[in-house]
Amino acid sequence: MTGPLIPMGIIGQGWDLVIALLIGMAFGYVLESAGFSSSRKLAGVFYGYDFTVLRVFFTAAITAMVGLLYFGYMGWIDLSMIYVNPTFLIAAIVGGLIMGLGFIAGGYCPGTSMCGVAIGKIDAMVFTGGMFVGILIFSEAFPLIQGIYESHSLGAVKVNEVLGLSTGTFALLLIIVALLAFIITRIVENKVKKVEY
Amino acid sequence: MTNSNIIDRSKRYTNPYLSGFLLGMVLLATFYITGRGLGASGAIKSTVVATVATVSESHAAGSDYYSKFISDDNHPMNNWLVFQVIGVLAGAFLSGALAGRLKLKVEHSPKISSRTRLIMAGIGGLLFGIGSQLGRGCTSGTALSGMASMALAGFIALLTIFGGGYLFAYFFRKFWI
Repeated sequence: MTGPLIPMGIIGQGWDLVIALLIGMAFGYVLESAGFSSSRKLAGVFYGYDFTVLRVFFTAAITAMVGLLYFGYMGWIDLSMIYVNPTFLIAAIVGGLIMGLGFIAGGYCPGTSMCGVAIGKIDAMVFTGGMFVGILIFSEAFPLIQGIYESHSLGAVKVNEVLGLSTGTFALLLIIVALLAFIITRIVENKVKKVEY
Repeated sequence: MTNSNIIDRSKRYTNPYLSGFLLGMVLLATFYITGRGLGASGAIKSTVVATVATVSESHAAGSDYYSKFISDDNHPMNNWLVFQVIGVLAGAFLSGALAGRLKLKVEHSPKISSRTRLIMAGIGGLLFGIGSQLGRGCTSGTALSGMASMALAGFIALLTIFGGGYLFAYFFRKFWI
């Protein structure tokens, strides 16, 4: 049963949305149980009082990355059929910085705001409403932004290709970076003034 | 693994490395089954597109942006991400319910008012709405999923979103600490 299952036709398209629901439930459950439904906990990564975001994010990305490489190596998945996000250089950088500003101002990102909404956080609900309006503004102003939006397209390029490394070497380097980050942030966290939330 | 900085309540949160591992497994399963990763902002976008199309179908169809997400076969809301996000709401609710975290409230630093917090949440959401469209995704869809598939876009998203947060953190410190 070589994956990815749905594109390979092993699981019928009709199951698509049921699977989406189930995967979403697992996603939401894990995020909320990690504490990502709390804006003050999330903001901790930027002020040094709580690096949970970093620990979860790095661990998750590496687990999935290594998992995919392993599945590919074992022939369990056809890696060429895996979606690789395309790079539009200027839009990606500017969009990312705007999101960073939104993160520090609002204390949430889309996925975590959903978790906040689910447990009754009114600030998460307002954040979500804000996102709706923001997307509306972007859409209406699109003709003005279209040029930047579509510029500097590099295609679905992979980071290891850009660096001239094999996928395995890159994964190893990322693991080393993550371990260093885990150690350093633990030290920082212990030195930073307590925040009660 | 306890951290003396964090109040007792957090003992009810799962160990972050375990959570990260579980999240990574969910993401891996998602790739294995669908060939794509997770997402979040796209579902809100679908809601916007569907709303605009309901209010004025011609406006939506005539727009270079909205029209990208409208097809003849499917209603904009009838898509993977929307159902995934409905699942996220349900899963988070379940987790919160089991841990006794269900409570209608405005979470804010004691140094600012609820009102201030809500205004900032609105502004933050607005910015994230704009940024996620320009960046073609958010932390879930582009950064996390993109990193797993080794997309350059994923790493750009990671560095600019979190880098951006750190860059502007000093100016927002009064709202958090």
